[in-house]
Order: sequence, then C-alpha cells, then structure tokens
Amino acid sequence: MSALPAYASTGQRIWHYSFRTICGLIFFFLIFPILVILPLSFNAENFFTFTKEMLAFDPAGYSFKHYEDFFTNPDWQQAMRNSFAIAPVATLLATSFGTLAAIGLSQQHVPYRSAIMAILISPMIVPLIISAAGMYFFYSRIGLQGTYVGVVLAHAALGTPFVIITVTATLVGFDRSLVRAAASLGANPVTTFFKVQMPLIIPGVVSGALFAFITSFDEVVVVLFLGSAGQKTLPWQMFTGLREQISPTILAVASLMVAISVVLLTVLELLRRRSERLRGLSPS
Amino acid sequence: MNTQNPASTDTGPDENPQVLTTRDGIPLKVSLARALRREKLRALALIAPLLLFVLITFAAPIADMLFRSVENGIVSETLPKTVEVLATWDPESGEIPDQAAFTALYEDLKVAVEEKTHTRLGSRLNYEASGMSSLFRKTGRRIGRMEPAEATVERFIDIDKDWGTVETWAVLKRYSPTITPGYFLNAADMQLTAEGVEMKPENERIYLYLFWRTLFLSLTITFSCLLLGYPVAFLLAALPARSANLLMILVLLPFWTSLLVRTSAWKVLLQQQGVINDFLVWTGLVSDAGRLVMINNQTGTIIAMTHILLPFMILPLYSVMKTISPSYVRAAKSLGATDWTAFWRGYFPQTVPGIGAGAILVFILAIGYYITPELVGGTDGIFISNRIAYHISTSLNWGLAAALGVILLLAVMLLFYVYDKIVGIDNVKLG
Repeated sequence: MSALPAYASTGQRIWHYSFRTICGLIFFFLIFPILVILPLSFNAENFFTFTKEMLAFDPAGYSFKHYEDFFTNPDWQQAMRNSFAIAPVATLLATSFGTLAAIGLSQQHVPYRSAIMAILISPMIVPLIISAAGMYFFYSRIGLQGTYVGVVLAHAALGTPFVIITVTATLVGFDRSLVRAAASLGANPVTTFFKVQMPLIIPGVVSGALFAFITSFDEVVVVLFLGSAGQKTLPWQMFTGLREQISPTILAVASLMVAISVVLLTVLELLRRRSERLRGLSPS
Repeated sequence: MNTQNPASTDTGPDENPQVLTTRDGIPLKVSLARALRREKLRALALIAPLLLFVLITFAAPIADMLFRSVENGIVSETLPKTVEVLATWDPESGEIPDQAAFTALYEDLKVAVEEKTHTRLGSRLNYEASGMSSLFRKTGRRIGRMEPAEATVERFIDIDKDWGTVETWAVLKRYSPTITPGYFLNAADMQLTAEGVEMKPENERIYLYLFWRTLFLSLTITFSCLLLGYPVAFLLAALPARSANLLMILVLLPFWTSLLVRTSAWKVLLQQQGVINDFLVWTGLVSDAGRLVMINNQTGTIIAMTHILLPFMILPLYSVMKTISPSYVRAAKSLGATDWTAFWRGYFPQTVPGIGAGAILVFILAIGYYITPELVGGTDGIFISNRIAYHISTSLNWGLAAALGVILLLAVMLLFYVYDKIVGIDNVKLG
C-alpha cells in the first residue's frame, strides 16, 4: 500500500491514487474547519465569511479589531480570569489524588480492583449532561451550587479518570525492583517515592495533568448548570455568544484557543517521546 | 514489605512436618499473610483519598438523581391529613370523597398557604394532570378568608368545579405515596390512570420519538465516522512511521481543539451566508436565492458531530491496524487472491475488534451530546440531553429530567459493559 510497486497494473494505479485522494479529502474535512477560522478572525467587517477585500488580499480587509475587542471587553476578560482561576486548581486536585490512587491501583494485591477502577473511571463515561444534572441537584442540596468551590470540585472529579489512565499506563513499564533496591539501600518509602519513582513516572503525571487541565478548561455543560454569573468561563461565554448575540469576537477567541491546543499537543508529544526513551524504547 | 524475608517459601511448608518460622519465631504462613494484608492496606490507603473524593463529588450526585427520579414526598408532606383520609376512599366507587376529606383538605391547605407550598404542589401535580396548578392557586387564594365552618363540599365546588370530579381526587390519591413511577412513565410517554398504566394520547407523545431520534442520529453519526475513519486509519497504519506521525497531527489537532471552537467553526461554515454557501454560489452550483439550509436542522448536527467524533473512531482503529502484520495480505496474494479478496477475507476480519471499539466509543459519546445539537441542531436535530437540560433550567420539572437522565445512563452503562468486554477499561488509550 505504502509504495506502488513497479509491476502494478493500471487498475491498481488508478485505485492507489483515488484512494489517496479520498483520504486527502477526509483529512481536509478534519482540518479545514479549524484552519478556516484563523483568517476569518482577522476580518475587518463583522461578517462570518470572506469579504471581497480579504479574497483580494487587500490589507484593508484585515484587522485586529476582534482581538482588540477580546482584550478590552470586560465580559471576555472576566471569563478568561475565571477560566484561569478554576482550571489550575481543579487540575492540582485531580492530579494529586489521581497519581496517588494510580500508584495504589498498580500494586500487586489490590482488593476489589475492578470495582474501584469502575467507580474511579465513571466520570469519564457518564454523559456530561447526566453528571451536570446530578451535580446540580446534589450541590444545590448542600449549598455548593453557584459557588467557585462547587465548580472546582466538579471539574476535578471530571479530570481524575484521565490522570488515572495516563499514570497507570506509565506505571506498567515501571520496574518495581527499583523500589526494592532503594529500600534495601536504606531509603524510606517517602524518599523512594520522590527520588526513584516520581522522576520515572513524571511524564505520565504531566500528561495526565494536561488532560485534566484541558478537561476543565474546555468544559461547558457542568459549569453552565453549577456555576452562577460569577463563575462564567471562556467556554460558557462562547456558548452564550454562539446562541444569542453571535459576534466575530468568538472567532478571535477560538483562534487563541487553537493556539493553546497546538502548544499542549506539542508538549504531550515531547513527553511521550521522553517517556519511551526512559523505558528504553526507541521513539517512533 | 521489607521486614519479612519470604525466601524460604519454596521449601513447601505444607509437606514439612515441622512448622517453618521466621527468625523472630512467628510461623512463616502467619508472617506472610500479615505482609500481604499490610500490602493490601497500603494500596487501599493510597486509593482511599480519591475514592472518597469521587464518591462525594460524583457518585453521590448520581445517586441523588436516581432518588429524585422516583421521589414524590410532596403530596404527603403538603397535605398530610387529606392523604390519611383518602386512604380509605375508593375512586372506583364513582363518588367524590365525603365531608371528612374536605375538612382535612381545608386544614392542610390553610397551613400550606401560610408556608406558600401549595403552588409548588400544584405545579408538581400539573405534570400528571393539567389544570391542577390553577386549581391549587385559585383555591389557595380563597382559603385564606374562609372560616372552618365554611369548609363544605359545596363551598369547594363553588370555588372550582374540579373539586366535584372524581378524577381530581383520584390524582391526589394516586400520587400520595412517597415513591412514584410517574416520572418514568412520563419519560416513556405513558401515564397512570384509574385503569392502570396506559399510553398517553397520540398528540402528547414526545419522548419515545425523541429517544428514537437520539438513537437514529447517533447511529448515523457512528456510521459516517466509520465510513470516513476506516480509510484514514488504514492509510496511517500502512504509511512509514515518519509520514504517519506527520499526518497523525491532522487527526490529533481537531481532537485537542476545544469542542466549542469546532462547533463555532461549523456554525461559520454552514450558515446560509457562510463560507460553504458563498463558495457554492461563486462556483455557480447553487443560485443566490437557493442557498442550502445546512444548519439548525439534522444535517447540521450530523455534519458537526461526525467531525467532532471522528478522531475517536480513527485512534482505536489505527491502534488495531498497526498490530496487523502485512504478511497475511502478502500470503493471501501469493496464494492467488485478488487485491479485493486479500483485503476482504484476509485483512478486514482482523480489524473488526477496532471497528467494535471505535463504534461503541463514538456511539456512547454521541448519545449523550448536548452542546453541539443545542447550537447547530435547531428543533429537529436535538437529542434527549437537550430535553433534560430544558427540564432542569426552564420547565423546572426536575423529577422528569432525572428520570430521562436515568434511562440515558442505563443505556450508556449497558453499552459500556459491552465495550469493556471487547476492549477492557484498562486498554483505554489517550492521544
């Protein structure tokens, strides 16, 4: 498949190139919607489509005004501050609890392992609308609905499965005799954890943390129900913007968020390579 | 773990007449059991904080929702005396209850009006029989000025003639238990009547249709994802690692991009004044007056959600295809198979686990989607989740929202059980 042999028949040639064209079109379908918003966010008009000036590459057709609006509009600024106040705290909670639990789960003898795993993974499986509904009912009973703490706790719960999955995956390749070696050399469990185990599993922990961060940072359903106006996050503001007064500032925000995803994706890829190197595999 | 020395286990303590002990005199078996117990406890101690955290922040809310879908304390709390009197009344008799019931109702409502709980009871019962809300509000207004002696059957019927019908009282009696199947029946377009459970009138049925549509749209989306994902995964698995990794970015970037960014992109593309329509008009394929309607309907939901969920199909397919050795196809060809037979009989059957994993994953995610259908689905492209959200925030019928949620949750759990059997939770891979 990968390379066409010299003896390929005409039919095989036609199939080979048409298959590649089909795949190219599917890749185009995947990436085009994300790429198209980047130039549109520089539109000088309040339109959601390319103007004549833009198509003629006339500098007058482009401007930074939507970005300016984002950085000066108090609504958007408040939303950005809220997003950055909620996501890191939720990430910290999810990562610290999740890493400890993943280490516990990867011990040799864990009673009720599959039942515990099912409970811990469940926030990832249950549809968000159901989690949001349940949390809304329950948190309004205990007075956490509409509070910062409520949103942070909910987001931390949603992020933990990702930490568990990434850290347990890293621990599969962890050589347990290293812990015994450290212990036989006189290190206590805490020293062993920080000096031996942690440096080796840190790529898994960091990528779990990134997943938890992006889960909280992108999350809109739960915050929509649990939050009050004081917890309005960026996705929430985008959601109401898209539903009610659709303004091109959304495209500027969307472009900035694509930039954030690119950064995260790069960091994750680097971590994956480092982790494979540490395990003695050659990175593919 | 490091205190005992288990090195002597291989001598087989069962066959040895004399009991093996560790150096401090404890039998080896006891000592090993103790070490094992300590190890288990330590593992549990590490897991406990998160388990507790998830139980409180996540499992308790889900349990609360289960409870709310059947909970119905409001009638017996608001009208305790009436409920007691009605216990001896038989709606089958065809007559309204006697004076005792009206006296009890008067006393209960007097308290309820002071605490302003009668309107809440009215709106609760209105879900089951229309007209109850206004009946309770109307009666509540008059009851304040009523003397105990005035609380006669005639006086109540004078306030609202509904008090003179058996059906009103029958509804009160039917919903006086603290547990009700009413919300679940509602969610399945059924109702509880004097004759038992029956379907609602044709023009009031909405939920069965909505469940069916959610199922149909999710299946369509899953199928389109498979159709688009299979060739891409096949190409990625066949290409050399370097170019496959490069193309993988095109799959992973959408995967990592915020859901709202992708939804807004589709809103921009699909609008009537949007990029795709402009392009079609420019090429002359579509006239300016005949711009396609691709948003705020089912088409919009299907296109946008296929795009959003496609990476979830490609990634499991790719990881399965990556493990298939190319020698099978080569062997088939060397034995005289055509390209198609080699693929269909030699390669395709080996990718079925990947198809299963990807399809179930996409289906599970699709069936509970809320944001995208809400923004691009209009009225005929919305899912059951949108109805749940509507009942929580707009109609405030939380019981029905909970019942719909429980049904959806059961469907997802069943699917996940299947997914676990095919793939296993531990094999879930990210990125």
